[in-house]
Amino acid sequence: MGLSQDQKYERIASRIARELRDGYYVNLGIGIPTQVANFVPRGMDVILQSENGMLGIGPYPTESEVDADLINAGKETVTELKGTCYFSSADSFAMVRGEHIDLTVLGALQVDEKGNLANWAIPGKMLKGMGGAMDLVAGAKRVFIAMEHATRDNAPKIVKKCTLPLTGVEVVDYIVTELGVIHVTPEGLLLTELAPDTTVEYVQSVTEPKILLPPQGPASMLL
Amino acid sequence: MDKRIQSPDAGIKQIPDGATILMGGFGLCGIPENLIAAVRRKGIKDLTIVSNNAGVDDFGIGILLQNRQVKKMVSTYVGENRLFEQLVFKGELQIELNPQGTLAERLRAGGAGIPAFYTPTGYGTVVAEGKETRDFDGRMFVLERAIRGQFAFIKAWKGDRWGNLVYRKTAANFNPMMATAADYVIAEVEQLVELGEIDPNQVHTPGIYINAIFQGSSYEKRIEQRKTRSAEEG
Repeated sequence: MGLSQDQKYERIASRIARELRDGYYVNLGIGIPTQVANFVPRGMDVILQSENGMLGIGPYPTESEVDADLINAGKETVTELKGTCYFSSADSFAMVRGEHIDLTVLGALQVDEKGNLANWAIPGKMLKGMGGAMDLVAGAKRVFIAMEHATRDNAPKIVKKCTLPLTGVEVVDYIVTELGVIHVTPEGLLLTELAPDTTVEYVQSVTEPKILLPPQGPASMLL
Repeated sequence: MDKRIQSPDAGIKQIPDGATILMGGFGLCGIPENLIAAVRRKGIKDLTIVSNNAGVDDFGIGILLQNRQVKKMVSTYVGENRLFEQLVFKGELQIELNPQGTLAERLRAGGAGIPAFYTPTGYGTVVAEGKETRDFDGRMFVLERAIRGQFAFIKAWKGDRWGNLVYRKTAANFNPMMATAADYVIAEVEQLVELGEIDPNQVHTPGIYINAIFQGSSYEKRIEQRKTRSAEEG
């Protein structure tokens, strides 16, 4: 695997961007998920929701546009678009829990073969909090996980059963990594797309549960 | 009717040690800077603070942590504050973490006379431990209790002497719900305007919820993550 970390992230983000459709309302988590915004096709209106009370996130501001009252969920300065609107945190999460968000993209520490997700805590090591992640996985119509396939030491992050504190139970629909696309199905994890620079055997070697394959084999990953 | 007070210090005079205070804001955006500073000056301690975040090490609620004035935080995300983590691991600070939508709705419910509600959020996770769960139409939900505070600190953009408030951009966040959910609600605003200057169609928080209001002085409005693009990028 000769890809740099940035190239991996780009591959993952651009693949997820192919799921976007005109008129989608989308919530992007912090990290790789945020980069999906860079690959929205030109001419397509995809409305990004920010959990702190905004629909229609614009690009980062120029120096003169910086406004302390205008930030995204990662606390970064952003701008508004024509058509942007603002609302309270209660309204924001009514949208989320009420299944008005078409797609959410989140990072993960672990995902298991049932689609359980752990992405907010490592007991005794990391104390940050779940923020809006538990609401997003409970309420978004489709949940995509964007992450590197394995840890830096090549330990699986896709596991038989999550051992870290859960964010949600049976909530993940798709996992997109630099190695391919995995659909979480009732039968198990189906490798629907495979990256051109890897093999099914390699993917299986860094994935704890058994990977299922479509009858005709995985398609080539859309890049 | 005139709810104006002269200073944040006048507003917090009646807050005892051990009080529960709701504080608006998301990160450092839309936080009641002047009221937090007044609490620090007066040294009120053993506070329970309900706030989405806990500020950063030297600003926002962080200045109350520095001074060991906080007994317990009810929050959703505290990753920006290293002192916070140290105090929790040393056992000097209690933390109750809530999913963000659950915290927002608990506050909304608290202000609206709803004692509890069912939510799908957190089912099967640690936040559901010890709570009632129930099946509605084949899906499991968790019973969450409303939150009320003895006091709430609200930051708005504009306000009038009746307590009508207007927020600006993403600085609204938790302020509108918190304004409804405490026994005594103090609002600080950047612009205190005459009655009638706020378009009645544009009022976000009706004055009925507000007990006291003042115009804050010298807002720092610190930015946590300053991200910019160059003008050429368009």
